[in-house]
Amino acid sequence: MNVTIVDYQSGNISSVINSFTEIAKGKVNLEVTSDIKKIKFSDKIVLPGQGSFKSCVDSLNNIDGLVETLNEFVITNKKPLLGICVGLQMFADVGYEEAETKGLSWIPGKVSKIDNQKGKFKLPHIGWNEIEIEKKSKILKDIKDKSHMYFVHSYEFIPEDKSVISATTDYSTKIVCAVERDNLFGTQFHPEKSDKSGLKIIDNFMKL
Amino acid sequence: MLKNRIIPCLDVKNGRVVKGINFVELKDAGDPVEQAKIYSDGGADEICFLDITASNENRDTIIDIVKKTAKKCFVPLTVGGGVRTIQNITDLLLAGADKVSINTAAVKNVDFVKEASKKFGNQCIVVAIDAKKVSENKWEVFTHGGSNKTGIDAVEFAKKVEVNGAGEILLTSMDKDGTKSGYDVELLKAITTNTNIPVIASGGVGTLDHLYDGIVKGGASAVLAASIFHYGEFKIKEAKEYLNSKNVSVRL
Repeated sequence: MNVTIVDYQSGNISSVINSFTEIAKGKVNLEVTSDIKKIKFSDKIVLPGQGSFKSCVDSLNNIDGLVETLNEFVITNKKPLLGICVGLQMFADVGYEEAETKGLSWIPGKVSKIDNQKGKFKLPHIGWNEIEIEKKSKILKDIKDKSHMYFVHSYEFIPEDKSVISATTDYSTKIVCAVERDNLFGTQFHPEKSDKSGLKIIDNFMKL
Repeated sequence: MLKNRIIPCLDVKNGRVVKGINFVELKDAGDPVEQAKIYSDGGADEICFLDITASNENRDTIIDIVKKTAKKCFVPLTVGGGVRTIQNITDLLLAGADKVSINTAAVKNVDFVKEASKKFGNQCIVVAIDAKKVSENKWEVFTHGGSNKTGIDAVEFAKKVEVNGAGEILLTSMDKDGTKSGYDVELLKAITTNTNIPVIASGGVGTLDHLYDGIVKGGASAVLAASIFHYGEFKIKEAKEYLNSKNVSVRL
């Protein structure tokens, strides 16, 4: 099996590479690339994302044909893709970080700043928070309800169709922290930094 | 509910772990990669490396340590000490650090914080503030490991780095560091009530009660300690169980 981590100059992806390498050891052929041909022919894609929504979307658009290739992979060929942090947020139609920016429109919804109740909750939301599992999920298989995951973000994905939500976390409000729809998977938290539980999620994705 | 973080800090000099008492009289105590692994297996919420290597020739050692650690530890890794340029940050992040902590360079030029957070995102930019009490309810920023006075008010500086894109503040009391007499809770309170980003308390931990004070009385989101963990006085797990027993929420 070939799994590709899309390297589109979206900031620091070393931790994603390290954790996937740990799980892939001897079982999965892992590529880290922005080469469209390689992405096209891989079995699964990981779409990381750090920095702002706008900077990530701009970086995707900077690589000729990348967005079209991802669309074909996810929508036409229905192959599994895991978005992490801003990688998940970009599933939305629109994001409001820095400037109003069009997303990939894979899951209808928007990405807005977390309502921190006038400073009552510090932003970014940094650290370990419990997740509440909202529905049966392939990548959350064997993950216990109330498991701790590591978060770093100030913006949240608000999908229109609530049935895509597989987990939420409590920070000021109920924040969507995992989504799942058919072949499309996303986590707002960082499985690559979430110790054993996080590695389990990566393993679940690899085994799909 | 967001948990309060416990962060063991490893001071690294020329590739070896040391812990200074008031930044002098360093004792050598172990391999940083092994230490980090022990901490992450023991439940540390993050690992922090502070590179106190003085010369530039030895800067590559920390990169090598970060590389090895990042392959074994799957919790966030923060690296500080001598971070002065965008290239320094790029090198550390590529090696596997998740955050970098900037100290002197931020004091010299706050635009550097802005530039760094714009380039890498504020999630990976921690500004380390070393502060010393100068009068009642007044603290001043110091640089170069506490040796240079700057004349800058610590609270004003904290607000300034927040506006310029710092994602977190790592606040060390130079009066308390190495004394084991507890955090400077008043300093912590002054900073946590005047900023809206998470503050990591540092400097002075000697007992588990001090961790409690930093979080509950000082308002810190995370507590950093070195010697109480490093010399085996307490395990991370013991610290967490203690805090939990006093109704402070931690990741158990």
